Amino acid sequence: MTSQRLPELTTIACIFFIFLVPFAAAGLALMNVGLGRSRSAGHMMMASLCALAVAGIAYFVIGFGWQGAIGGSAHIFHLSGKSWNWIAAEPFFFRKLSFDGSATILTALLQLFSVGLAAVIPLGSGADRWRLRAICLSTAILAALTYPLFAHWVWGGGWLAQLGVNYGIGRGFLDAGGASTIQVVGGFTALAITWILGPRRGKYSADGMAPAIPGHNSVFVLFGCILALIGWIGLNSAGAILFTGAEPSGAPLIAINTMLAASASALTAAFITKFRFGKPDASLTSNGWVGGLVASSASCAFVSPAEALVIGSIAGTAITFSIEWLELRLEVDDPGGAVSVHAVGGIWGLLALGMFGEFQRPILNIAGESLTGLASGMASGQWLAQLIGVATLLGFVLPLTYVVNLILNRFYPYRVSIEGERQGMDLHELGAGAYPEFMTHTDEFLPR
Amino acid sequence: MKAVGLLLLPAGWFLVLAAIVLFPSPALRGAFVVTGVAVEVLGLALTFRSHLIPREEKS
Repeated sequence: MTSQRLPELTTIACIFFIFLVPFAAAGLALMNVGLGRSRSAGHMMMASLCALAVAGIAYFVIGFGWQGAIGGSAHIFHLSGKSWNWIAAEPFFFRKLSFDGSATILTALLQLFSVGLAAVIPLGSGADRWRLRAICLSTAILAALTYPLFAHWVWGGGWLAQLGVNYGIGRGFLDAGGASTIQVVGGFTALAITWILGPRRGKYSADGMAPAIPGHNSVFVLFGCILALIGWIGLNSAGAILFTGAEPSGAPLIAINTMLAASASALTAAFITKFRFGKPDASLTSNGWVGGLVASSASCAFVSPAEALVIGSIAGTAITFSIEWLELRLEVDDPGGAVSVHAVGGIWGLLALGMFGEFQRPILNIAGESLTGLASGMASGQWLAQLIGVATLLGFVLPLTYVVNLILNRFYPYRVSIEGERQGMDLHELGAGAYPEFMTHTDEFLPR
Repeated sequence: MKAVGLLLLPAGWFLVLAAIVLFPSPALRGAFVVTGVAVEVLGLALTFRSHLIPREEKS
């Protein structure tokens, strides 16, 4: 497989940014640990590690073959004289991939980390009740099927990316940092998992109350936010370079926008919780922070810093109310807030690109050709391209991931037994607690 | 209700795909895409509703 070589400076910058991406997964893993119970803390971190490992291998074996890269071979059908590129046709196991520093190998490297990030997102939703082997099974499906298929449509020159060229809809569906491919795909998988697993025992009582089950370590959660920022700067910068043709000189704007969106979102969440409950809530503020990072991903290279502030503020508001609504009205028990943060935040970020995005340079998102023919400035029809992308996530990705996980759940139940849930995932699945020196719950010392 | 909700999600998406192919006019295409998304939102609402926990199963 051959691909264009990037200028040397661009390659070096891109490799540097890609190496920052695992920090995002580390941050999310720490947050999931902190937002869960202490008796499942070790299990959650173990699950994060296993998810990263399984996702990386599944993507190497199958995923990249179906995702491909811009300009690679693909299965295409024609409809009314237009080509619809729906899946890549690359060989499995990274065969025919030249390790020569080309854009293709950099794409494969970034995706290897990105798919791990997407796989970590649903873990927070299944906290305290999702079995480890079931996590590995679900992750393999995500990395080998759901993620590559949608990522090909957006980042591999697929039909969503070609909407601009084929049908004159804006510049086609755009997503620089993975708000759709990573965040919404991960968020919708989290929603499917919460539906399949059901709520934790004792979460919803017959009298209509839904008592809060607080996380066990807010320091982990807040430190995870800072780690996530580092990873997101790398993710947004590398994605913008590889998938939209941004220059490395554009990285400072991307980093500023990322930081500002996260800051505005976190402060908005803190203000709302302070106003409503009397004190700022650390858990919701941290969710707001990550939600701001998620919302910044799609448009980080195409908006001004002031617009990034607006995007972040709206994300913080939407996520704070969404978490409460999902928990209390829709009875979705999501301890990590993954559905609101990654699905709601990601969808808002995608739509925000259609509303605020300005295009001062050609966009590189289809078959290696820049859309130079289109005028710069506000893109006509870009909002429609973004809406079509969101519709595809809702109408294709969510049902697919739900049905596949539902079928797997029939053959290998995802949820731990009642005894295991009462005992805690650490002792039940790993045989040892994360904090053995101060765990004193008597039910955890029952003979196994 | 769950099956209906889950079927409405891809049904809305097919409306969106049909709008892209069938309507060259931006206004008509936009209207049909919005209609498709509305169908999806209806399907999502039904799917959420079908996952509400029955009162007798609450602890």
